[in-house]
Amino acid sequence: MEAVNQLAEAYEKFKDDPSFKKELAGLLKDYAGRPTALTYCDRLSEKYGPKIYLKREDLAHTGAHKINNALGQALLAKYMGKKRLIAETGAGQHGVATATAGAKLGLETEVYMGTIDMERQKLNVFRMRLMGAKVNPVESGSKTLKDAINEAMRDWVASFQDTHYLLGSVLGPHPYPMMVRDFQSVIGREARKQILEREGKLPAAIVACVGGGSNAMGIFNEFLGDKDVRLIGVEAGGKGIKSGEHAARFADEKLGKKGILHGNYTYVLQDKFGQIYNTHSVSAGLDYSAVGPEHSMLRDMKRTEYSYATDDEALEAVKTLSEKEGILPALESAHAVAHALKIADQFDKDDILVINLSGRGDKDVNTIIRELGYEE
Amino acid sequence: MDIADKFRGLKEKGEIALIAYISCGDPSADETVKIAGELIRAGVDILELGLPFSDPIADGPTIQAASQRAIEAGMDTDKYFETAKRITGVPKVCMTYYNLLYQYGLERFCKRCGEAGISGLIVADLPFEESGDLMSTCEKSGVDLIFIISPVNSEERIKKIAGQSKGFLYLQSLLGVTGAREEMQFKLNEILAKAKQYSKVPVATGFGISKPGQIKELMGQGVDGVIIGSAIIKKARDDRRGLGGYVRSLKAATAR
Repeated sequence: MEAVNQLAEAYEKFKDDPSFKKELAGLLKDYAGRPTALTYCDRLSEKYGPKIYLKREDLAHTGAHKINNALGQALLAKYMGKKRLIAETGAGQHGVATATAGAKLGLETEVYMGTIDMERQKLNVFRMRLMGAKVNPVESGSKTLKDAINEAMRDWVASFQDTHYLLGSVLGPHPYPMMVRDFQSVIGREARKQILEREGKLPAAIVACVGGGSNAMGIFNEFLGDKDVRLIGVEAGGKGIKSGEHAARFADEKLGKKGILHGNYTYVLQDKFGQIYNTHSVSAGLDYSAVGPEHSMLRDMKRTEYSYATDDEALEAVKTLSEKEGILPALESAHAVAHALKIADQFDKDDILVINLSGRGDKDVNTIIRELGYEE
Repeated sequence: MDIADKFRGLKEKGEIALIAYISCGDPSADETVKIAGELIRAGVDILELGLPFSDPIADGPTIQAASQRAIEAGMDTDKYFETAKRITGVPKVCMTYYNLLYQYGLERFCKRCGEAGISGLIVADLPFEESGDLMSTCEKSGVDLIFIISPVNSEERIKKIAGQSKGFLYLQSLLGVTGAREEMQFKLNEILAKAKQYSKVPVATGFGISKPGQIKELMGQGVDGVIIGSAIIKKARDDRRGLGGYVRSLKAATAR
């Protein structure tokens, strides 16, 4: 409690501080390469109906939206006088972003990562190490994101006096869900401005994948007041809802119930006694048992809607987007692409569909080759 | 059996409480009952029986592994109460994580505690600020809700929490997670003084303790009890025949 109270106070103090804001804006522009492009997909649009745009977070430095939050929190840590950053990572994108921010801002960095994820996201493990970060393998529990968060929290309760826990999604105790959303909301602010400039109107729908849900909150946040814009989150359907091997907290009404995990009250996959269920997804970044609490709230208010894409559908979308548009999406982001294409026929030709392409797929090439059975 | 009575009795004898933690269902419900019996015969004063949770964020590797073994062996909340009921002779305290209480229902959980003869409850991941509902439910059911304070808590927060703890106050001896530390120096004087000033109940300390010498040292500093978990779980697993002797050596250190 002391740790999160101290952080909440510091965030309140610095978030509107002119020099903090100026420094962060400078980092986002000149270092992370913002604003990211909004790309019109003419071939996909022609084939599927509505005008399809991609918000290109894959073009941000390090290859995913995670850098927005990492730079924000790392800078905050610096303002707080912390010397060390710790982070959890699933797909490795948040770990890479944290290692990057740590290197740039001169903070020692340690990243916790489940050993299953280390295996399937090897490339990112090397990238973190190259940037001077220590990667700590996590062998406990399901050896994925959930367990990496457990381990980072265990570190932080002992180390918070000189260490900032740079949590990567809209999860955990207050102020994390709010703070991470705020740092990611640059995505939606840019997208809104870009689409109005290009099309003179707002999109009919925005589609984003949801693991913890930070890229989705980042793009949704700016459109929450635009009631006519459908906001659609896509969870990992894994091997299908009935199989029980998935990470679809909302779609599975039997296993997905409200509960408490990692300091927040939200939908969690669990058994009837409240033991947390181990998830499955082909994408490490969506492989998590709980969803950010603001998603749960927005869903209960019926402002946002959620669906899922299976492993196979996501892999198919990787192929489609690569072949039709020359863009290799991360497996996580491919879930959003898959679902957007699936529901495209609900829209008119003039309607605009914006997909948040949260990251690039280079890190997933080994998995994709194996799963799609490409030969040399 | 009442926790307060236990502490009172020990104080009259010039002893502090030896509180042992084990994970219920590790490696099985039957073994838990046997191990608990051995601990009690060897002199344990209060038994903390952990209801294992899949994601024990306050626990170190030893209790994590014990929890995982117990869950894999089929332990769940219903079986926990059945098992707890079979253990008698000393006051029992349930230690667990909030989601398990929440899913079971707070009232139902506390009622089952009463039926199983569990007199205290510790919820490792429930911040004091969020504990209003549970506090009133515990009060109604006659279960002591035990709070934890840590060495970094401000005096203001200690005052708030310590005054509300029932049964005993759990003083975390160090920052971090549970688990035995070999070369542990415990310097609790300042925080212990504050805890004792504001607490209406005895103060017991835990995290990192494994040796009689450490107990002596803590006793000298004025604690009313020591809580030992990971070291006991390790001993029960690696050297079961030596468990009784080990616990007797710990208990011997609690007498003046």
